[in-house]
Amino acid sequence: MISLQRTAGALRTHNPATPHDGIIATPQRIAAGLAPLIVPVLLLGAWEAVARFRLLPAYLFPPPSAVLAELRSLAFSGQLALHLGRSFERVLAGFALGAATATLAGALTGYSQRWRRLLDPTIQSLRSIPAIAWVPIFILWLGIAEPSKIALIAVGVFFPVYLNLMAGIANVDRKLIEAARVYRLRGARLVRTVLLPASLPSYVTGLRTGFSLAWMFVVAAELMGASQGIGFLLLDGENNGQPALILASMLIFALAGKSTDLAITLGARRVRAWQDILENR
Amino acid sequence: MSAVIELEHLTKRFGAFDALGPLDLRIGTERVLGIIGPSGCGKTTLLRLLAGLDAASAGAVRIDGETIGGPRPDIGVVFQEPRLMPWLNVRDNVGLGVWDAPAAGRERAITAAIERVGLTAFAHALPRQLSGGMAQRVGIARALVGSPRLLLLDEPFAALDPLTRLALQDHVLDIVGTAVPTTILITHDIDEALVLSDRVIVLHGPPARIARDITIDLPRPRSRTSPAFGAFKAMLLDELVPRSAVTL
Repeated sequence: MISLQRTAGALRTHNPATPHDGIIATPQRIAAGLAPLIVPVLLLGAWEAVARFRLLPAYLFPPPSAVLAELRSLAFSGQLALHLGRSFERVLAGFALGAATATLAGALTGYSQRWRRLLDPTIQSLRSIPAIAWVPIFILWLGIAEPSKIALIAVGVFFPVYLNLMAGIANVDRKLIEAARVYRLRGARLVRTVLLPASLPSYVTGLRTGFSLAWMFVVAAELMGASQGIGFLLLDGENNGQPALILASMLIFALAGKSTDLAITLGARRVRAWQDILENR
Repeated sequence: MSAVIELEHLTKRFGAFDALGPLDLRIGTERVLGIIGPSGCGKTTLLRLLAGLDAASAGAVRIDGETIGGPRPDIGVVFQEPRLMPWLNVRDNVGLGVWDAPAAGRERAITAAIERVGLTAFAHALPRQLSGGMAQRVGIARALVGSPRLLLLDEPFAALDPLTRLALQDHVLDIVGTAVPTTILITHDIDEALVLSDRVIVLHGPPARIARDITIDLPRPRSRTSPAFGAFKAMLLDELVPRSAVTL
């Protein structure tokens, strides 16, 4: 066994990587690719077994097959597209609003000491208010319809984006800023040419955290009163005693959140190609 | 035509700490002035004042009669490290030197500066794809692209390996001989100062003050092994490391 591995290792070193190297599916690669699936498959098996052998009552604990059937009927009836579309609209609108204001505020406070002294203490104290605590006042001010939901999501998105961007800008290598000063870069041009690109890795972290929070807060927003959206489906499942619908909605959130996170990560990889880091080797 | 650089009672204090001066100095016909001194004597403080990166506490620096009040297009700076923007390719990094110049001729100036340092084939490479010497050449191209009257070199070879350093020294000599009116080289390497400079100032400090002002009238190209070179080297070494201070 050991000698086999060593031979394989030796062969590899004599075969320099080709551009197609990433596509060839060696047994090791397939095994590595499947590794993340092991735990979910085991969990699903255990879940199915618990339901099948009636270890827990079926009206509380439906088997995966029932959840899948629920998902399928949602998809074919057009309900899935309708509710997911609605939630996604809210997530996008809230994210856009929260991220845009956070980018402006973070760029200002990261770049300028004066703006930081003026704004940051207030923003930091607002941060200690749990985002959910804004719900009553938003409903009072903005009503129960879309604006209050989008405002809640925007509040949730704002803080991680703001904090990461400000820290990212404040931590930019002083030597690069000095070089930029020699070449007379100042103000908005310095921010655009040096500070934003340099803080991009930290900014992307903020955007990812912000987007996952947007998915969290859309549930809260939809639980507080909505007639459409995945959060509404959750509530509908609770009110009508349909655990399969609840679990199907949770699954939809998991998949939607994972997909948008992947999209941001892949998008960020393109703009981070300049970084001399392990990922780009 | 070389530029006339004048330092008049130039002084820099950081709080209660006297870092530099008062210094008086006039640089007229020399193409390359070497400034040499031990670590911490105030060399970099002087460079930052010359570059307009810091304001003097008293006195002034003038270039052709104009007081330097901040970074200027006609003063190029090369730092010890290349200090390239990692997200910009070679061409865009060099372009930073002339972003505020008139659009006409800007592209041509960038192309010419990159060609001058021999990196035309790498114009679209990112800094992480360059060797240390190549990256420093990009830094030099960025300093040259605006056709400066004064080029400031702050120990630009210190972070390079010895062979790259020798090659780049020759390269810089070639460039300053043709393209730049006046160059000020800050270094703590005696050989480097002697190979490149027409005049060498020895600084002691802090606060930085001129301990010695020597005209280097060695013929060019200079041989690092000639007896005259050795004599200058001994003189500078003596100035920088006084015998009495050596108690090994």
